Amino acid sequence: MIKSIKTWILVGLASLLLVACGQGGGGSGSKKSKTLDNTKKAGFVKCGVSQGLPGFSNADASGNWSGIDVDVCRAVAAAVLGDADKVKYTPLSAAERFTALTSGEIDVLARNTTWTLSRDADIGLTFVGVNFYDGQGFMVRKNSGINSVNDFRDGISACTNTGTTTELNMRDFFNSKNIKYEPIAFEKADEVVQAYDAGRCDTYTTDKSGLAAQRTKLSAPNDHKVLPETISKEPLGPVVRQGDSVWEDIVRWSLNTMIEAEEYGVNSSNASSLKESDNPAIKRLVGAEGELGAAFGLDNDWSLRIIEQVGNYGESYKKHIADTGILPNRGPNELWTKGGILYVPPAR
Amino acid sequence: MNFKKLNIENKKIRDFIPQALTVLALLSVIFYFATNAQINMGNRGISFGFGFLSQEASFDIAFSLIEFDGSYSYGRAFLVGLLNTILVSIIGIFLATILGVIVGVARLSNNYLIAKTAEWYVEIFRNIPLILQIFFWYFAALRALPSPENAINFYDISYLTIKGWYIPKFVWTNFDIFFYSLILAFISIYFLNRYAKKLREEFGKILPTFTLSLGILISIPLLSFLLLGVSLSFNYPELKQLSETSYTYENGVSIIPELIALALALSMYTATFIAENVRAGVMGVGKGQKEAAASIGLNKSQILKLVVMPQALRIIIPPTTNQYLNLTKNSSLAAAIAYPDMVLVFAKTALMQTGRAIEIISITMLTYLSLSISISILMNWYNKKMAIKEK
Repeated sequence: MIKSIKTWILVGLASLLLVACGQGGGGSGSKKSKTLDNTKKAGFVKCGVSQGLPGFSNADASGNWSGIDVDVCRAVAAAVLGDADKVKYTPLSAAERFTALTSGEIDVLARNTTWTLSRDADIGLTFVGVNFYDGQGFMVRKNSGINSVNDFRDGISACTNTGTTTELNMRDFFNSKNIKYEPIAFEKADEVVQAYDAGRCDTYTTDKSGLAAQRTKLSAPNDHKVLPETISKEPLGPVVRQGDSVWEDIVRWSLNTMIEAEEYGVNSSNASSLKESDNPAIKRLVGAEGELGAAFGLDNDWSLRIIEQVGNYGESYKKHIADTGILPNRGPNELWTKGGILYVPPAR
Repeated sequence: MNFKKLNIENKKIRDFIPQALTVLALLSVIFYFATNAQINMGNRGISFGFGFLSQEASFDIAFSLIEFDGSYSYGRAFLVGLLNTILVSIIGIFLATILGVIVGVARLSNNYLIAKTAEWYVEIFRNIPLILQIFFWYFAALRALPSPENAINFYDISYLTIKGWYIPKFVWTNFDIFFYSLILAFISIYFLNRYAKKLREEFGKILPTFTLSLGILISIPLLSFLLLGVSLSFNYPELKQLSETSYTYENGVSIIPELIALALALSMYTATFIAENVRAGVMGVGKGQKEAAASIGLNKSQILKLVVMPQALRIIIPPTTNQYLNLTKNSSLAAAIAYPDMVLVFAKTALMQTGRAIEIISITMLTYLSLSISISILMNWYNKKMAIKEK
């Protein structure tokens, strides 16, 4: 009996000690990047993507991911690990994505996510940029005779994804038009498509790029059309956890490098030959001048690897969005020099 | 003498110390995780608090038992979700019990066809994962339903379509008086049954209680209509054109297909387990009991009601309680087919819009826990009532 009391006391002391240790943990905001160290140790970038959105992040039959969101992950892997293929993709529903990021299950979220104030400021996230300027639209059946949102009437049922800005915009829109509607919000995009296809709802609303991409999954894509109106601003971009500013900078400048490379005409095939270029901006971009990588603990070829292995933004857009027929016209996603709004701070 | 007393107290203390230490260790572990979470949340700039519950939700919900739109608070949205969870659980439990009893009895039938059909039903529905059954009812059955303009028409008062089941809306005047008359009817029935029991036990006289109860249940509310100004009218659903090819119904009440599919899937699945419980219960009553009952001159329905069922119920109730709990918890799969239950509305939508994962998941878990405990308490009370009373 005496012995067992001793054991219990030991257990009690041990657990108290555990508490004491626990309070010491956590770490403060030093200059070093814990995420970068962990990524290098693991040998892959932990990236959260969608559960399948053609053009943005979609897996083929053999499980290879592609899309412009996927290319952000690949760019980060190329910069940090030297190999764009060293990415571990985690497919996430809209409702899971932020918890996965804040809990550390993933380190980069590249999942067509809209940048909003409350997301940026309130829940421990930091948006690093915009890789696609989008806006919310509506898809309807062609034979419905609906040609504009002004043709919507009271009693219309609208399918969408839950936990999205879309769900909130939809309410703002129908309220401002004073239309009574029935919101049907699914967790997964595939189920929204199925329900809309079955005739459960009269319209399907999400970001226009999403509509264009999901339309290809319908049983008869040509029987449906996207209405011309855009009811919201949806700047989609990669997100990181708040509190690791070095990692945040790496992801931000990996994206910026792709856009800047397009601006200076640097692409995956000509990048290494441009080391001899006369333009210092181009030389900095391909690592022939300056020590830019050192700012976040990377070597000087980090940006060259991004351009060589992933390509510039224009190549990525053409391959995933334009050539797949999702949105052949770049619209606002054209460079600022060509009439779009893609504009990134200079890499110098 | 004194020494012995000390020894007893000593034993008490000896028994107490390990328990106290266990509690202490448990608290330490909880405290450790809480502190850890707090530090990590602090590092990432995430605040903790329940203030968000009073903020405006700004999303709409398709189906609600209480008034709701986006201008109400997250707290109200939680309540909407909770009520929807309770609604689908009650419907599910009700249907599963009826179906379960029918199938359970059918499996014991002497008719080969009935017994085999019941057996196949149990084997098939018990062995397919519930989530697949939900998808089946929602997507397969939904696609088979017609669009509103070709609705399955029930005598021009109710329409079944792909967009839902439209039923007439009840429009009451003086509903409160009607409600009180119902309560009065139930109280009268209670006293009638007590009186009938007394008559039976003291004088051996048997009153037709069922017929009398039914009469009271109909006549008292009917009187409230005739004398007290209660009236009821119906708003029938009417077809409305939304565009050249799409239609809907207005003015009636819409039971959304998500609710129908979920309630069907939950009850069909759970009924298989209840059926097995019922079968076990009935088979658990000794054959001699029935023969003895027959030998004192009870007829078949009396044997079932007075001898077999009271004993079978004792076997049936405890495992069936578990099935009720399972059904309630399984209703959280609703999110997959957009039925706005507590998980979809609160643990997914509200969580996403506010980002308050820890707060919202704790509230949701505690709510499910309270729901389950409430069902357990209710069923345990019923079980005690049915248990053998030793005299």
